[in-house]
Order: sequence, then C-alpha cells, then structure tokens
Amino acid sequence: MTFPPEIFQITLLSLQISALATGISLLIGLPLGTLLALGKFWGRSFFLSIVNTGMGLPPVVVGLFVAMMLWRSGPFGDMNLIYTPTAIIIAQTVISAPVVIGLTSAALQSLDPRLRLQLYGLGASRWQMIWALWREARLPLLAALMAGFGSVISEVGASMMVGGNIRYQTRVLTTAIVLETGKGNFEIALALGVLLLLITFLVNWALTWIQQRGEE
Amino acid sequence: MNDKNLITIKNLLVKRGNKVVLRVNELFIKRGEILSVVGPNGAGKSTLLLTLARLLKPNAGQILFNGNPAQKESDTAYRRKIALVMQDPLLFDLSVYKNVALGLEFRGASKSEIQEKVPLWLERLGVANLTERRAKKLSGGEAQRISLARALILEPELLLLDESFSALDPPTRANLLDDLKPLLKNNATTTLFVTHDLHEARKLATRMAIIMKNSLRQVGNANEIFEAPIDEDMAHFLGKI
Repeated sequence: MTFPPEIFQITLLSLQISALATGISLLIGLPLGTLLALGKFWGRSFFLSIVNTGMGLPPVVVGLFVAMMLWRSGPFGDMNLIYTPTAIIIAQTVISAPVVIGLTSAALQSLDPRLRLQLYGLGASRWQMIWALWREARLPLLAALMAGFGSVISEVGASMMVGGNIRYQTRVLTTAIVLETGKGNFEIALALGVLLLLITFLVNWALTWIQQRGEE
Repeated sequence: MNDKNLITIKNLLVKRGNKVVLRVNELFIKRGEILSVVGPNGAGKSTLLLTLARLLKPNAGQILFNGNPAQKESDTAYRRKIALVMQDPLLFDLSVYKNVALGLEFRGASKSEIQEKVPLWLERLGVANLTERRAKKLSGGEAQRISLARALILEPELLLLDESFSALDPPTRANLLDDLKPLLKNNATTTLFVTHDLHEARKLATRMAIIMKNSLRQVGNANEIFEAPIDEDMAHFLGKI
C-alpha cells in the first residue's frame, strides 16, 4: 500500500459511501418513522417490532442477503452491481435505514401527544403539523442521524461481502484494516483505525454542534 | 336564523365507543360574548370544546358557523377561524417570538405582518420583555400569557379556552384573568371558556352554560343560573345546598 494518496482515496470513498447510505436512510427513515409514530393503522405494532428488530441486524447477514440479490445468478444480477461501491451503499442503507426509522419513530412518540392538537388548534395543516413536530424533536432526530451514520461507517462484514475489498474500487477503511491486519501490517492497520476513529469523531462532533446550538 | 350567533349547535351527540360522552340539544354562542362552560370533571366540557375545534368528530348533530354548516369546510380552513389555548401552555422549544408567530406562519402571513403584530400582542399581554427568551425557560404564568398571545394574535372568530388557567397558582391566575377580560371585551373576541372553577367562570363570563353527566343542562347569565338552578343536582353543584 502506498502512502498517502491511496489512503486519501480509501478515506474519501468510505465517507462518500457512508454519507450517501445515511442520506438515503434519512430520506426513507424520516417519513416512515413519522408514519409509524403518528399513524393509526392495522399492523402498526407489528411493523414497529420489525423495525426494532432491524435496528440490530448483523451486517454479515445483510451482506449475505444483498450479495444473493446482486449475485450474477440472483434476481438483480443483470445490473452488474456486485463488487461495486453501489452494492456497498445498498447494503449500508439496509443496515442504517431501520436505525433511522426506529429512532425517528421513538423521537416523535416521546413528544407530548397534545402538541398535535395544539398545532391543529392554531390552524396548522397536516404537513405544517408534521414539520413543527420534526422541528420540536430536532435533537433526537439528529441523534438518529448520528446513530445511522455510526452504524455504517464502522461496519465491515457487509462491505467486504458485497464490495469485495477491491483496491481503488471498493476498498473502504474498515475492509482495508481487515486486509492489513491479515497481512500482519499492524502499523498501517493501526493508522487506518485511528483515521476511522478521527473521521467518526469529526462527523459526530459537527452533528453534535448543530444539535446543541442554542442549548445551554 | 339569528345572525347574532357565531355558533349554533343542534342535537349534538358525541360517543366514545358505545358511551355517550356529550349530548347538547341546542346551544348558541353569540358573536362577541364570552360563554363560560362549567361542570364537574369528566362531565363533557372539554369534549364540547374539542368538537368545536374539529379535533373530535361528533356522531350526530349539526354545528353552524356564521349560519353555515361547519362540515362544508375542510378541517384546516375551519380551524383557521379559531384558536385554541389548552390547560398547559404547550409552547414549542423556540424563542417566545417564534412561538407567538407560529399560527400566523401557518396562515402564510408576511414577515412584515408578523414583525408588526408579535410585539404588539406581547405588549398587550404584558410580556414584551420576554420576546427573545427561550420558551422552556419561562414560569408557568409567563408561559400561559405567551400561549394566550399566540392565540389572540390570530384575531380568531372563536377563541377556545380549555381550563387555560387551572394549572396556575391563585394569585397568578387572578392577575391573568384581570388582564385578559378587558382584552377579550375590547376586541369583542367570541370566546368559549371551559372550566370547572365556578368563580373563574363567573368572573369572565357574559353567559354561562352548565354541563353535568355528559349533557348540557342549563344556559343563561350567571345571576339567572345561580339564583334559579333548574334542579337539585344543579343546585348542589352551584353550592346552593
């Protein structure tokens, strides 16, 4: 491994993949979590149980499932996505979406239920009511975002299985650490580990700063 | 049709499951009056208020708003004619200014209109000094004044007050009632004031309505009701026996 351009490329790819997966999870998770928190429909508790179970999905199981789907003989094999960054993004989205859905739902359910009545009583439309509740729950919602990002930036099993750890193409920080450790290159593995920790800290520090703005 | 009536309720029936929680054969709310609705806890007072706010759907009956069936309008269009103040202030974790501006924003008011009205209403409720304060840092009395400003700034055709002072300590409550009464009178704000406190109800009311055992029992001015309760139950509730 040459230093540092390759490490820069690996770091950038890790960030791009995990940020995209977290972003997609947010786009899926915010509306679905809101629906589960505020909606009244048959099977709601069942779907909540599914989501809560999904929050603890083992990444290797997700990796296996996504690999089977994207494998050349699998249902989406024609799309040639296996061993591409897109495959890792799909797997990471499957891992982080339930986290975002579950924590969004919990955040909104923890608000005083009378706030909805109060918002309607001030003339809010349904969307204005939802927007106001999101704003009110902004601290736990940002925590959901942080948890979603945390669940994928540090994940290794699924990325390895669907990405294949191909140099310059699908190698991310976690899979590179596994590779270097396997080769006995502990110094490089350790440096990559510290880099991963630093990135995780910086992203969470930025989100925490946004979250705590105005708090005393 | 009496055009003095903002609200006309006829044969209203609200059930929860199979249980009747409110029955009102006929009730008018006159334009500009403060109608205090009194009754013991669980009698159905808040059900009446929530039904008028279109937050509960009645099982039967008709509600006319300005002489027109209220059901003809969408929930949002109808609710933009009213404003609701509940027992707890239920302020949002924002500045006082942003809380008071909330209903105007929902109605698409311009920034200049908001900038003009918010300080005015904070001043009228005696809390202009709290404009930039974070809502969660307010005392109970201050928070309820902000909650009232948030509703009154909308200049609603109908103001709904649901036990809005009962969580306050007696001196704070008395001060707030003293300040609110002239505000409502001067603006001729039609108000439905739900409370279990007879003294409070009488202090604010133009007329009073008594709900007992999930049914509207008597309506009239306070003196009429206190002097001539229609039956023993009512007399007992009013402290006459």
